[in-house]
Amino acid sequence: MSAGDSAAVSAVEGKLAELSTSCDLRTLPRRGKPASARTLNTAQIPLVASHPEVYEPCDDSFALVDALLSDKAQLLALQPSLCLEVGCGSGYVITSLAIMLRQLGSGTQYLATDINQHAVETTQATLGAHGIHADVIATDIVSGLEKRLAGMVDVVVVNPPYVPTPEEEIGIKGIAASWAGGLNGRQVIDRILPAVRELLSEKGWLYMIALEDNDPLGICHLMNEKGFASRVLLKRCTEEESLYVLKFWQDAAVSTNASQSGKSPGSDSSWLSPFRSFWHKNGSSS
Amino acid sequence: MRLLTHNFLASNVRGVSTGYPLALEVAKSSIKEVELNADFLRGILPKLDWRALVAAASAAGFPDLLAAEQPQEAELFADGAADAEGSAIRRLHHALLEIHVDEGALVCPDSGRSFPILKGVPNMLLHEDEVRH
Repeated sequence: MSAGDSAAVSAVEGKLAELSTSCDLRTLPRRGKPASARTLNTAQIPLVASHPEVYEPCDDSFALVDALLSDKAQLLALQPSLCLEVGCGSGYVITSLAIMLRQLGSGTQYLATDINQHAVETTQATLGAHGIHADVIATDIVSGLEKRLAGMVDVVVVNPPYVPTPEEEIGIKGIAASWAGGLNGRQVIDRILPAVRELLSEKGWLYMIALEDNDPLGICHLMNEKGFASRVLLKRCTEEESLYVLKFWQDAAVSTNASQSGKSPGSDSSWLSPFRSFWHKNGSSS
Repeated sequence: MRLLTHNFLASNVRGVSTGYPLALEVAKSSIKEVELNADFLRGILPKLDWRALVAAASAAGFPDLLAAEQPQEAELFADGAADAEGSAIRRLHHALLEIHVDEGALVCPDSGRSFPILKGVPNMLLHEDEVRH
């Protein structure tokens, strides 16, 4: 561990010790006791800041972080220079990403955006509590960054507003912006994807959550047409919903095959065959 | 907000041609040291707008930190440069990653629109009438 790394770990260890002896210890989440500092691989819930208008870490946040953890070796090997979270909320995911990749040191820089100003402050507090730095920007998706950061970001993580809602609920100020996804829960996702495609570097990876309702297969097909291979990293079913963590990466061969398949969805099932192979693809880049 | 981030931010107001670079106004700043990583700097160097970085460093109170002209790679990444006090690479590292603008503003060169920086966070959120459709 570098000096900065062990200082960050000691800072968290100290805070966790303080919290466990104080009388007003917050209720711990279903994830149980705080992990010992030695196994610190993610943000620690007692240190994640909160605000009434900011989405607290939940099943989807944990699924995304679990998926990133499962891909940790590949992420370390990728040696990303720039990592970005779109819609950082409480800061749980970007902080966890930075912690799990900490051995990359200052060779990796982190950025995060959120449309909710309370969320950007909450994310900063969460980052600070863990001794992690990322620049946080209050903006709509990546507005303001798209020209200069084009082709530069190596890792993008997104837990988008994916809940199917009436269209008028999208982008309403406050916490509803964290879940309201409009028709099929796709309206914000469908703005995020083209913006993120522009930002991704050639070797870059996108990790995104989607629900069954969002038609994840359809999302992957659209991405395939744009030259991105895809894989389901994780599927998690709760009583209410089935959620997927999808991973995308650029692969020139993909868009050629996707356009050659030619059939429209639903006409017959043969259009799925080239797509199925990408659905299960374990490409060399992943 | 670090100057690395400033270098990649542009105004997205409707009707603006480039909206870049944003003029930096600094009311309050701080220094946070972080380890120098030459590989990171080597990777980012070709993408930097050097003039925007020099102007930003000057606005942050460091007018003499960076040379007016971007240094050659050979000078930046020469053996031992990272350890030599006052070397070009250490100045670049300091400018990009160690200066934090805590309070200030980013001003669009085309429209004059001012985007506030509060508690280190630039607020690029547009009003409804500023959004491109």
